[in-house]
Amino acid sequence: MTKLKVFFITVCALVVGLTGVAQAKLEIVITEGINTARPIAVVPFEWKGSGPKPDGLTEVVAADLMRSGKFNPIPLTAMPQRPSSSSQVDYTEWASLGVEALLVGTIAPDGLDRYTVSFEIIDVLRGQITSGTQVLQNGQLVTSQDHILDARSSVISGDQFRQYSHRISDIFYETLTGQRGAFMTRIAYVTVNHNSDKPYELVVADYDGFNERVLLRSPEPLMSPSWSPDGNKLAYVSFENKKPQIFIQDIYTRAREQMTDFPGINSSPVFSPDGKSLAMVLSKDGNPELYVMEIATKRLRRVTNHHAIDTEPSWSPDGNSLIFTSERGGRPQLYSVNLSAGQVRRLTFEGEQNLGGTFSPDGKQVIMVNRTQGNYHIARQDYPNGSMQILTQTALDESPSLAPNGSMVIYSTTHNNQQVLALVSVDGRFKARLPTREGEVKSPSWSPFLR
Amino acid sequence: MNANKALKSLFIAVPMLTLAACSSNQGAEEAVDQQTNQQQQEQQQQEQSGVDVGAVERQKTPEEIRAEKVAELRQENMIFFAFDDSRISSEYAQVLAAHADFLVQNPGVTVTIEGHCDERGTPEYNIALGERRAKAVAQYLQNLGVSSSQVTTVSYGEEKPLINASNNDAYAKNRRGVLVY
Repeated sequence: MTKLKVFFITVCALVVGLTGVAQAKLEIVITEGINTARPIAVVPFEWKGSGPKPDGLTEVVAADLMRSGKFNPIPLTAMPQRPSSSSQVDYTEWASLGVEALLVGTIAPDGLDRYTVSFEIIDVLRGQITSGTQVLQNGQLVTSQDHILDARSSVISGDQFRQYSHRISDIFYETLTGQRGAFMTRIAYVTVNHNSDKPYELVVADYDGFNERVLLRSPEPLMSPSWSPDGNKLAYVSFENKKPQIFIQDIYTRAREQMTDFPGINSSPVFSPDGKSLAMVLSKDGNPELYVMEIATKRLRRVTNHHAIDTEPSWSPDGNSLIFTSERGGRPQLYSVNLSAGQVRRLTFEGEQNLGGTFSPDGKQVIMVNRTQGNYHIARQDYPNGSMQILTQTALDESPSLAPNGSMVIYSTTHNNQQVLALVSVDGRFKARLPTREGEVKSPSWSPFLR
Repeated sequence: MNANKALKSLFIAVPMLTLAACSSNQGAEEAVDQQTNQQQQEQQQQEQSGVDVGAVERQKTPEEIRAEKVAELRQENMIFFAFDDSRISSEYAQVLAAHADFLVQNPGVTVTIEGHCDERGTPEYNIALGERRAKAVAQYLQNLGVSSSQVTTVSYGEEKPLINASNNDAYAKNRRGVLVY
């Protein structure tokens, strides 16, 4: 317990330190779950040049790995040594601390504003057994290297440290979990600052809140940002013309295209997995129904036809069906509709309401907003049927969006009377909050894998 | 922009005025007293010089009359709903009848009905719920003889709260239909 507390303070110090340097608007505060993570060590890389060391790299990696909820990087002060390569590692010392894996490396100057970054990912337990032993390879005796899980070297420029840090985190994460890392991803979200004459902003940032960029600033509401599968575009709803209209905006070129201007609701645009269509909700034919629009031709196809509210479509990963929220059973619950046969099937039965469903990337689970006894929480259920697990205990949780590797959910919640973003791992163990300094933050949408 | 701000402050001012009905009535009475004093003074002056001064009421243009009526209707342009409900409570019958009456008499005037929700539930679902509320108000007006071509609806869901707070009082104020001329 005390250990955990000390660690928590260190974590805070680390995070605060980082944000102080980079002036990020979002600071991640871990609220639960570090004690279930695997202990590792991210050893500060050795600087081989003269002059000041380019800093921040290993801090970013450690913060990434900690935020994944799967790893618990030990504080610098607890490290028995600071090796920069596998040959310098005292395996017994690290193993006695319970550390499972090490990240060690060097940064060397390589011309004007260019650096060679080399690193190794080391399995401590295997290193304790096999390091330094001689094995027979191609008829020759060589020193065993099977405790070195990965070793790489890259030349980067001075402004690429942050990005390359996320790259190292991705490699480390995949090496130790077998699952692709999602640290080189972005999130899109809407901020609302009621004191501004243009209160509504559509913002894109790195997944950790750094490098915030405002893509659109408006006097009228912005809603439901959703990524194209190539990560180049966002679809969203804007009320800039005093009515809801769906737009697609290229996040790099600023090119914007108005997709809809139908009477009534124009809501919930979501790109199909192949990027060629948009699922959306329109009420032009009387009440809210699901439609699919072919983006190239803007040709519409109606998917649902029911007098109750149908809304919040989300594509299955194979693109063959949509899940959606419908009131056809009296209260909002999740349903799926097969796009070729039009067959509708109810998915959720637990709790008073279930809304805002979204598929996990493997299509085996659905993440949603569950209302039980008046409380709105993020929940997970196997698809198409299975028991439901509530993942969060925060207040008024909504707009869940999954990381492209399916490991974490980012969602909107209310903390101290203010809308903020929060993270929860899909197993519900790890929880963190991303508070802002001013205004509300909502409608987060996690990007697909980039590059 | 300024008009927008003025309108916003009006939204806040209207319920406050209703709450502070007693005090504002007192203010009105004072104003009447002052006016009476002034008239008495004028009368005294006239009596001294021995002449009678008369005046006619200026004719208001139809536009002025309409503008005055719109200003009056704007004073009470909101109706409130129960949670997850789009039925119109009978307490708003008078308010809506006044709006309907005006619209029937002025077929050239159009009104936009905004539907709003409290922050509970998902934003996209609340857009659907807000539309249902706006349409309920539109249907109510049409039942009172207003032409459907005079009425448009727009749902803002939970995106434009009247009171920016997370408590039951704020929620009750935010679940509303607003008639905008």
